[in-house]
Amino acid sequence: MTATVDTASSLVADDITVRFGGLVAVKNVSFTIPQRSIVSLIGPNGAGKTTFFNVLTGLYRPSSGSVVLGEKDITGLSPHTIAALGLGRTFQNIRLFGLMTAAENVMVAMHSHTTSNIFQIVGKTRHQRREEKEGREFAQELLDFVGVGKHADEYARNLSYGDQRRLEVARALALRPKVLLLDEPTAGMNPQESAVFVDFVRRVRDERGLSILLIEHDMSVVMRVSERITVLDQGEKIAEGGPDDIRNNPRVVEAYLGRTGTEGSAR
Amino acid sequence: MALSTPEAVDTAPAKSDVIASHTRRWALGFVALAIVVWLFYTFALPNLGTGPQTFVREWMPLGSLNEALVWVICAVGLNIVVGYAGLLDLGFVAFWAIGGYTAGWFMSTFFNQISNGFYFLSAAPPNQPGIHLNFWLVLVIAGCICAGAGIIIGAPTLRLKSDYLALVTLGFGEIIPQVFLNGENVHGFNLTNGAKGIAPLDNISPLPFGPATVSIGNAQIAISKPLGPFDVTAKYVIFVLVAAFCVFVSLRIREGRLGRAWLAIREDELAASMMGVPLMRSKLAAYAVGAFMGGLGGVVYAVHNNSVFPDRFNFAISIILLAMVVLGGMGNVWGVIVGALGLAWFNSTGLPQFGDSFNQQFGTDINFPSYNYLLFGSILVLMMLFRREGLFPETRTRQVLQEAERSDAEELDGGEA
Repeated sequence: MTATVDTASSLVADDITVRFGGLVAVKNVSFTIPQRSIVSLIGPNGAGKTTFFNVLTGLYRPSSGSVVLGEKDITGLSPHTIAALGLGRTFQNIRLFGLMTAAENVMVAMHSHTTSNIFQIVGKTRHQRREEKEGREFAQELLDFVGVGKHADEYARNLSYGDQRRLEVARALALRPKVLLLDEPTAGMNPQESAVFVDFVRRVRDERGLSILLIEHDMSVVMRVSERITVLDQGEKIAEGGPDDIRNNPRVVEAYLGRTGTEGSAR
Repeated sequence: MALSTPEAVDTAPAKSDVIASHTRRWALGFVALAIVVWLFYTFALPNLGTGPQTFVREWMPLGSLNEALVWVICAVGLNIVVGYAGLLDLGFVAFWAIGGYTAGWFMSTFFNQISNGFYFLSAAPPNQPGIHLNFWLVLVIAGCICAGAGIIIGAPTLRLKSDYLALVTLGFGEIIPQVFLNGENVHGFNLTNGAKGIAPLDNISPLPFGPATVSIGNAQIAISKPLGPFDVTAKYVIFVLVAAFCVFVSLRIREGRLGRAWLAIREDELAASMMGVPLMRSKLAAYAVGAFMGGLGGVVYAVHNNSVFPDRFNFAISIILLAMVVLGGMGNVWGVIVGALGLAWFNSTGLPQFGDSFNQQFGTDINFPSYNYLLFGSILVLMMLFRREGLFPETRTRQVLQEAERSDAEELDGGEA
């Protein structure tokens, strides 16, 4: 890609280890997301991808190591603080607020960027009205951006599956994130839809100016969209590099093919 | 976007407007009804014959309506906690009690250690011992004390989830009234007067300043005349105002940033926190606002009864309040009001009156009021069977319980992404 010579990183995870009791789920993994890049995290089931993801979002506190978002150390902060600092995410199985409209879903994520207190809300002060108006406009802008703008007043649960996935992205974007984490975004999509999705991810990155971290099982998507790929296996980083390096890396091939003897890319 | 919702196009522009106009209609209805009732009791009733007067006195005395309004105030407060934020609270009576005792402390001769009395814009007669504050000020104080109590109770308990939270709130709902019951000797200090309670309370002034006279020419017109225990009509107006305030606050908060955060927490706590909603602070806010209204309800209840007794604040109150919220339609303020008015009237007047009429008619001797919980229980069971969402549910809730969701099967072949 053109702009990725930029050496600054939007997220750095340094030497992360997570233990659950005696079990080491993630072991000494270091990981960097350069600014405005699309990187992927792959690995067979049980490799520790989700655990690692949860460390980044603040659900788990790492046993050792640190996570830095932008210039801020976010290790051990609570999830909502980390989200407010600019880490948006989507969920593997969609977790929208089903009984809120699409626009409301997006506006929930603006919570940390708005400041009206309870008295201003009850009094509907000018500050509050302006915040609401700007919120609604920004929500509509984001919904239009992901392509569900005309469903702004529909309840999220009534949207089609694909639209729900897009709405999740819009909601995460409302956090004005530096980094967007997508957890298996193409789960349940057919090849054509996945192809459309690859373009969508690029467009999000280009037009919103953020970095994207992808956890994905669909190798065709990963290979097409990623600029860098990190491979985890049994909690350890076994490879890192561009798509071609990874494709030809013997340890990766072994991790996916060697042990189970079956194609690892099934979802 | 081949697989968009088919009906979306027709309904798209209107939804928020529809909800807004819906709300306006209910609000107008509420105000109109309140005024009509007031006109009826003030002007129409005295001119009607004894027949209708007896009927109204038996079936619909204004006193029972006032009491029902107390329930409305508390139920609207509970609705914030249970209906908006989805936190099951089985101990709401604690706030009701704290509000009631605040009224007792600050509007009576109870603290007779202060022998000359401390007066502030009060309508109470001068030179009595105790603290005598203006009724409206006491409302604010009680609300704030309860909000504080809500935060203190909530801070440790809100870390718990669903059932555990319910159990702990239930505990607090039992503890607080016990504290009041046994608080007559706190290291030698009589804090609550124990089982004897605090009575009577001061007469209240209807306006936020004490009694005053205005001279127009030679005439002296008394305004803000003190209201005693029997000024039921004036109290009705005051209670309606307090209830309207609670409804107004509920609706306003609902539309704003905080209301959305509560709704998000109710829907999916984890996702909400991942979207930057601070769970603890938002839940505490819900508790505090709900408790504030509980405190208002407590003061109003104390004024209505002209007394505070610890045995009034029992566990059943928490449950009845919850039943009102569920019956009326969780989350919808108007539904909750209907539920509260209905159940409160039924409990205090409707059922005993029906029992009397029934017994007279058939010469039986059945004690109907003693079956009230049986009837409540049956009503709730029937509701759960036939109308789970309550009488007047929120539009959203109706969706879950009545309309089909887009099926899981559809997810498999999905829309385009």
